[in-house]
Formats: sequence, C-alpha cells, structure tokens
Amino acid sequence: MPGSLSNLKFAVFKPLLAALALLFVFAQPAAAQISFKPTAEAVQEDKLLNALKEGDKITGRVSIPDGNAANLIQPAGRDWRDFQRSKLPWIGGIAILGMLAVLAIFLMVRGRIRVENGFSGKTMLRFASFERFTHWLTASCFIVLALSGLNVSFGRTLILPLFGADAFAAMSAWAKLAHNYLAFPFMLGLAIMFLIWIKDNIPGKLDIEWIKQGGGLFSKGGHHTPAKRFNAGQKGIFWIVIIGGVLMSVSGWFLLFPYLPGNVTALQFWTVIHAVIAMLFIAAMLAHIYIGSIGMEGAFDAMGTGEVDLNWAKEHHAIWVKEQQAKGEAPSDSTARAVPAE
Amino acid sequence: MARVKFLCDADRCIECNACVTACKNEHEVPWGINRRRVVTINDGKPGERSVSMACMHCTDAPCAAVCPVSCFYTTADGVVLHSKDLCIGCGYCFYACPFGAPQYPKVGNFGSRGKMDKCTYCAGGPEADSTPAEYAKYGANRLAEGKLPICAEMCSTKSLLAGDGAIIAEIYKERVMKRGYGSGMWGWKTAYSDSPTG
Repeated sequence: MPGSLSNLKFAVFKPLLAALALLFVFAQPAAAQISFKPTAEAVQEDKLLNALKEGDKITGRVSIPDGNAANLIQPAGRDWRDFQRSKLPWIGGIAILGMLAVLAIFLMVRGRIRVENGFSGKTMLRFASFERFTHWLTASCFIVLALSGLNVSFGRTLILPLFGADAFAAMSAWAKLAHNYLAFPFMLGLAIMFLIWIKDNIPGKLDIEWIKQGGGLFSKGGHHTPAKRFNAGQKGIFWIVIIGGVLMSVSGWFLLFPYLPGNVTALQFWTVIHAVIAMLFIAAMLAHIYIGSIGMEGAFDAMGTGEVDLNWAKEHHAIWVKEQQAKGEAPSDSTARAVPAE
Repeated sequence: MARVKFLCDADRCIECNACVTACKNEHEVPWGINRRRVVTINDGKPGERSVSMACMHCTDAPCAAVCPVSCFYTTADGVVLHSKDLCIGCGYCFYACPFGAPQYPKVGNFGSRGKMDKCTYCAGGPEADSTPAEYAKYGANRLAEGKLPICAEMCSTKSLLAGDGAIIAEIYKERVMKRGYGSGMWGWKTAYSDSPTG
C-alpha cells in the first residue's frame, strides 16, 4: 500500500530527522563562535603606524592615475619639518656666521696679507679672459643662487617682518624663478671650470708641504711655500666647488624636476642634501671671497684684470712663475724693480 | 567655536569615490589635482579597508610650519587655509605633510610646480566669502553658507564624517561600541595627537 509505504518511510526517517534537528540545535553555539567578525583581520591604523620603520609610510592602492596619492600617511614629514625648522637654521647659522666670525678674527689678528716685497710694477697673465669669464659666470650665478636659497631658509624669519607678507612673497617668487633658471648657467660654468682647471688641481707632494706650513697664512712677514699654478689652498677650493657643485646640481636637478625621483621620501632626502651642502658651500665661498679680495693684497687682480704683479706671483706661486718665465710668458726677474725673490 | 575635523570610518567606506568626484565637481578642481582620494589598504587581501583622505586640517600644521613665505593660516574653526597670492610653489608643504594633501598644477617650466592647491574644508580662502575671486582660486565656500564639506555631506554610507571634532568622535565611538570593532580614526593621531579610539 502506498500509504503504509509512506508511513514506513516516515517511521524510518523520523529518527534521522530528529537527529538532524538535534545536530542543528547543538551546532548553533559552534556556528556563533565562527560567525563573521570583520574586526579580526581588519587592518588597524594603530598597528600599521606602530609597525612603520623610520621613513616608511602607510601605502595602499588608489584608482586615480597619480601613484603618489597612494601614500595614505607618511609620518616622516614630521622629521623633515623638524629638520627644516629646528636643525637647518643651526647648521646654516653656525656654518655661515661661524665662518664670518673666523674671517673677522683672522683679519684682526693677521691683517691684510701684503705683497712682502712690494709691487714690482711688472705684471704677468694669471687668468686668460675665457677663464675669467667662466669664473665670473659661475660666481655671479652662485651669489644669486645662494641669496635666493638663503631666502627660502631664513627669509621668513629675517626678511618677512621687514617687508610684509605681500612684498616678501612677490620677492620670493622672483627669487625662486632666478634660482630655477640660474641653476643652468651655474652648472655650465661648473663643467667648464672642471675641464679647464683640473690639470692644475691634481694634488701633489708640494701640497703636503704647503699644508704643513699652513700655507704661510699664519707666518707674518715670512716664508711662502713654493707652489705651482695653484697651491693646496686653491686646490682645496677647486675641489670644494667641484664636489659641492656636483652635489648641489644633482640634488637640485631632482628638486627642479620633482617628478624624477618619484616619491616624497626621495624628495625629502634630496632637499636635506641640497640644504646642508648649500650652507657649507656658502661658508667655504665666503672664505674664498675674503682671501680673493680684502684678505690679500694683489690677489683680486688675478680674476679682475687677469694680470697679477710679478712679486705677488713669485711669493705665492714661485714654481709657476719660473715655468712661465721659461716659456717666455712672464717678465724676467732682472727687469723686476724689487729685490730678490725669497 | 567648534574645532572642525574629518573622520573616515574605514569599516564603512565602500571605496565608491563619490567624495572624490563630488569634491572635484563642487570646486571645479583642475585636471590632475585631487584634493581628496580614497586609498585602499591591503587591497584584495583579508582585512582590506578603504580610507578617504584629504587635508586633515592638523593642529600645529606641518605645512604652515615649513612654508618659506608663511602663506598658511588657521581659521577660528580650526580649518587650515592658504593664500595662493603668497604661495610660490616651492613644494615644502608637500614634503612636510603627513597626508600628501598639497597638490600642484604642472604649469611652470620644466614641469615645475604652480601654486599649491589643497582641500579647504569647503571654506574657500582669504578673499571675501563666496566671491567669484575666491571661487576661482579655492572653490566653493560652503562653510560660509552654513553647510559642511560636500564630500562628507554626500557620503552614501556616512563613512566620512565632518563637523565638530568632539561630536564626530563621539559618533564614531558609539558605532564602534555597537558593532564591536573599528579600524581606528585614520590620521587623527598624526594630525591631532588624539588617541585613536578615545
């Protein structure tokens, strides 16, 4: 009978159903334990921040084309701020004001370095016109770059209160333009200087002697170490300019084309390099300007007219003078008015 | 006055990017500039979360601290604004900002930066409120009209909250209590030094 068959079926399945129902009931607490808990695996800002290493950032994915926008939080910005506002003013202040103080003390103690034997009246060519052009091209760019750069670091504190926000911002905008554009002739000058003067700036044995004797800087009325075309001090300036200039150019290049380094961490790094080297560079150039102008009698002529006095040359570059005399490019000693060299 | 803030409840953000689009539309933000963006952390992995981020209008804002021409100012509501007349486009605020908020149009030579643009909390700039001059530089000034930022106002899941910092923090705290989880008040520790769940 169909009915009894179904009854039989039910009788058979009844315990099974009951068992299933029971299973369901007992399974409930277990199901609750493994229920959806979005918090278990969700990224936590706290954990991400704590896991960050120095200079790291919390980065994800963005659907806009600008990949840099994928940086959600970069705490390193605060370190950069600290560098800009707390450390850099000290680095720059000590380097620049410190150098000015040293030079002032040096001028007071040592006085102007004179040509010991007086001017001879005879001159010889020290820097040809192309060399002088290159020097002044680089130097004039450097001065504008230095002043406009210092304006970025110190202008807000020192100049803004004097001129007011509008005038200062307008001036700073022009300074920024000048800084961006004059970077190129500066780099050109740097490259030419390297090519025309490298052969005279290779360090040699004479330089050790020169350094040992302090370059005659502290021996008043005295003895000068014989030097070739450039003495160790001048070679030092050459290499400071070349190495400092290359560092400034490379770092500046990245800042000028902010899309080159690609991310904010690299840009922060290059600004720090650019700023620190700049402060040291400016300090070194202050010493260079000092000794080439008020610090030493007869020195400015080398880059001014290009013609230096024979006695000045003999006192500072004895070997070079002899070489030039041998080549017939300098007046001989006998025609010189004043007394024997050294 | 209230100290206004943004708060993104990442557990509610569905990465629809409506806040981004609304912002661009409201202020007619130039091509290539995004004042707000949605960043997805752990994309495609378990625990993925999306966070809508813009200028957080920090307390003691790093951008203002490093600006060489001092073009930033903080309003009475705690909104960090800047003057595009003073800005020289040097990029310093971008280096210092923990949230990548400052943006620059590539108008200068060699692709260098134009004047900085960032989220204004829909509060315009130093020009007179709701003037065409203000709109052209900074976009709409909704705050002057008594409205909150458009991004938060039209967030479909109410993930992005804007308003009095104390109130939106309270709303978030209630949500976390009720649902039992929360991935934190993104950026608050960095921007306001506040405790994330506090």
